[in-house]
Amino acid sequence: MILDVDIRHRQGGFALEARFQSDGRLTALFGPSGSGKTTIVNAVSGLVRPDHAHIVVQGRVLMDTKKNIVVPKHRRRIGYVFQEGRLFPHLNVRHNLLFGRWFTPKDARTANFDHLVDLLGIGHLLDRRPSTLSGGEKQRVAIGRALLADPQLLLMDEPLASLDEARKSEIYPYIERLRDEGGVPIVLVSHSVAEIARLATSVVVLSDGQVMASGPAVEVLRHTNYFAQSGLTEAGALIEAQVSRHDETYDLTVLQARAGRLSVPRLPHPIGTSLRVRLRARDIILSLKAPEGLSALNVLPGFISSIDDAEGASVDVQLDCGGDPVVARVTRKSVEELGLKPGLAVHAIIKSIAFDPEALGVTGGENM
Amino acid sequence: MEGLSPEEWTAVRLSLKVAFVAMAASLIPGIAIAFLLERGRFWGRQALDVLVHLPLVLPPVVVGWFLLIGFGRRGPIGVFLAEQFGIVFSFRWTGAALACAIMGFPLLVRAIRLSIAAVDRKLEDAAGTLGAHPAWVFGVVTLPLILPGIIAGMVLSFAKAMGEFGATITFVSSIPGETQTIPSAIYAYTQVPGGEGGAMRLTLVSIVISIGALWLSEWLARRVRRRVHA
Repeated sequence: MILDVDIRHRQGGFALEARFQSDGRLTALFGPSGSGKTTIVNAVSGLVRPDHAHIVVQGRVLMDTKKNIVVPKHRRRIGYVFQEGRLFPHLNVRHNLLFGRWFTPKDARTANFDHLVDLLGIGHLLDRRPSTLSGGEKQRVAIGRALLADPQLLLMDEPLASLDEARKSEIYPYIERLRDEGGVPIVLVSHSVAEIARLATSVVVLSDGQVMASGPAVEVLRHTNYFAQSGLTEAGALIEAQVSRHDETYDLTVLQARAGRLSVPRLPHPIGTSLRVRLRARDIILSLKAPEGLSALNVLPGFISSIDDAEGASVDVQLDCGGDPVVARVTRKSVEELGLKPGLAVHAIIKSIAFDPEALGVTGGENM
Repeated sequence: MEGLSPEEWTAVRLSLKVAFVAMAASLIPGIAIAFLLERGRFWGRQALDVLVHLPLVLPPVVVGWFLLIGFGRRGPIGVFLAEQFGIVFSFRWTGAALACAIMGFPLLVRAIRLSIAAVDRKLEDAAGTLGAHPAWVFGVVTLPLILPGIIAGMVLSFAKAMGEFGATITFVSSIPGETQTIPSAIYAYTQVPGGEGGAMRLTLVSIVISIGALWLSEWLARRVRRRVHA
């Protein structure tokens, strides 16, 4: 187990009671602000000392209040990328990067400086001062600095929150590369469903200091009720698809998934590229018959595998489309009127605009 | 106007020596006390704060008198230091340095304390997660970041020492060549007929030294700021 956390902590009027395990290459802690995400990563890194905690990272006990074990933060070997970067203003980029290395035991130094600098694309910044860097550059340096201390786990607390969309999409590929290279496992705090849909292999959903759900990203993201407080419209199924051809006439790209073919506006990726595609539950309409005379290009046939419990007007209908999980959020009224029940054959109609480019991440195919 | 007389040179040299020693000797205690006051959470912090600031509000003569009864030839601390370590303050230039150090101490502590308050503690946390022991964090993160404040405090302490008069003259009197600093030499000149020339010369010297110290500190602070925050 990469991460095994059990924390109980009270801070003013806020009570955190979180317990989860994760073996994901990139575990996303998701939840609205004030749900306890940052408190959890601070407890793991040792910046916050919870009232009661049992924290194990890669088999190493970092804290166990029952046994009176508290490893001080400088001996935890947990990398931390903060929201605001926190680069040392009096050191240049090179010395910021090498800061942690001075304190890493010699036999534990495995991170390769040149390789990381190359991977993060910061080679041209080494002699610069942090104050002269852009927000995106600062965060890349902060990631490099944390990794060069050879941590056993890398925590990222909304590292992209202060960046605009363009800067974010500049950094996503670097995080994906770190995830797929198989080095240090990552815990990413995020409140964006699009972000975790793109990056996470495992997801822990938090609400008011409690764990609502945890598990593989594919499993968690297709239950929209976990995302009721924030990102309800963003939740949906994650499926993997390959670029099968580009249609120059209509400026489209055709993707092949197990569920079937999907046409999306022209993508830059070459044929054969594996992509992770998010089908938002809100953007899927169910039909009992194969639709005719519709403008939607993408229709996936499948079976209803289950229907989630729900109290409000809407309900998640989980589908199995040729082995790919798809989820549609429809009204309970429709469920009753159409007689939707597990085992029933249906057609999922997807508006092509539902493929938002932010979630179109190149995947290593792992944990999908 | 003719140059300085040998006696006047002696006063200038003595003043510089006293001010420098006072500044240097109070530097490390000043940093330590500033940290205690800014970061410490302990019983009696308020009292320590008042004690450190007392020289700023008390009449200098009162401070000098306290020193006289505490560190004088018969004072309990004075007797102890003389017997144990052979350090004598009364009517020596070391006594002048002690008086100047104490008078400048609140200024030194205030300047350093302000710069400690301005340090982003999140940077220290970040250094901790990178594996740095708290002592290292202090040495390689906190200390460089508060360097401008330390320099400002040192200059204030030095300037205060150059101008200190009341506490010094009360504690160690005004002995030419031993405890007669520029201010007490100027005072002595004004007490004798025909001393205006000497008073004027020493006044000019102290103006030059003060301006020089200010300029030096500005220059240093600007250099350090550029290194720290550029």
